[in-house]
Amino acid sequence: MNAEEKKVLVEPLVDNNPITLQVLGICSALAVTSQMSTALIMSLALTTVTAFSSAGIAAIRNHVPSSVRIIAQMVIIASLVIVVDQLLKAFAYEVSKQLSVFVGLIITNCIVMGRAEAYAMKNPPWESFLDGIGNGLGYSLILISVAFVRELFGSGKLLGIDVLPLMKDGGWYVPNGLLLLPPSAFFLIGLLIWAIRTWKPKQVEQADFAIIPAHGEAH
Amino acid sequence: MEAYINLFIKSVFIENMALAFFLGMCTFIAVSKKIETAVGLGIAVVIVQTLTVPANNLIYTYLLKEGALAWAGMPDVDLSFIALMACIGVIAAMVQILEMVLDKFFPALYNALGIFLPLITVNCAILAGSLFMIERDYNFGESVVYGVGSGFGWALAITAMAGVREKLKYSDVPPGLRGLGITFITAGLMALGFMAFSGIQL
Repeated sequence: MNAEEKKVLVEPLVDNNPITLQVLGICSALAVTSQMSTALIMSLALTTVTAFSSAGIAAIRNHVPSSVRIIAQMVIIASLVIVVDQLLKAFAYEVSKQLSVFVGLIITNCIVMGRAEAYAMKNPPWESFLDGIGNGLGYSLILISVAFVRELFGSGKLLGIDVLPLMKDGGWYVPNGLLLLPPSAFFLIGLLIWAIRTWKPKQVEQADFAIIPAHGEAH
Repeated sequence: MEAYINLFIKSVFIENMALAFFLGMCTFIAVSKKIETAVGLGIAVVIVQTLTVPANNLIYTYLLKEGALAWAGMPDVDLSFIALMACIGVIAAMVQILEMVLDKFFPALYNALGIFLPLITVNCAILAGSLFMIERDYNFGESVVYGVGSGFGWALAITAMAGVREKLKYSDVPPGLRGLGITFITAGLMALGFMAFSGIQL
């Protein structure tokens, strides 16, 4: 594996994460993270779709006039999503019910379109495929870490297996109900962004306004 | 009538597209820096949502649903698996038509909406409106109400968010939280606020 291939695969994990830095694909990241199982399936589905759609779009990139490229991309993405949706319905029916419309929404997930436009239109299929996998993994990383916290502390379980024995079953852990509610996902991702940016100060955004120190002290 | 009002309130407040289902989040975060642009985008979303949800409802009921093609002599055909493709197609076409109509007849509104109109095609709140409509088996009347309500709820949320962010930019935020981080936390607090509406029924 050469340097470029390694770069496109590893960079989206933390340095150029689709969710915390590129602000792509947030909708589903928030909505499916109350349980590990849905988060894992969603990550898998999105990574597959992104990888194959990037590869497919890269393969036809030189044959599609730019005025109709969006429609061509949409058709490729939508077909892949339908395949994934049907597969989930066939082999993981329970999970696909819980994910409800969010599998279909992979079509409009900005990660897929964003990577198609930003990378696959300019690079050959194999690199685009890896770029899709890399970004899918970056997305999965955030999704799974948020789902881990929400399921462990919200219902004392991981993947449906009891980890922290709950008070109502005679254990000692009082579950934090807030973590099962939608707003907690916002807080967790916000804090995650804070953590990542403290670790990698390069990602910190410029402030619009600065506070002037009082008493004219110049620091 | 009462059922419709109830559905409207439910889709605006209780099941708010942005704050309860996190749909259209990318645009919600990206375009909520200024109130004017947020209002413009909000109006565009209401219009598109009002048109596409009922249109998709008609297409789904009379063409795609299991047994829907009975009028054409094909009662066993079930095309519901291409609903996804049909919905996104209708949305893309509708946005394109709306763009042309606005350009021809309402140039002022067209210029005000500007870039936001084409962006709406990839706003997941729009596609989700149609998919929820299919999943919940709304009839035509309900789909009209749901389209207006869910669009309006999204517009309300993004306008409120823009209002908060306009004030927020003067505050002293820790460096790592600046920008995206604090926006997420704010959205979380707003979502908590909207949860107060849950359980309201007429």
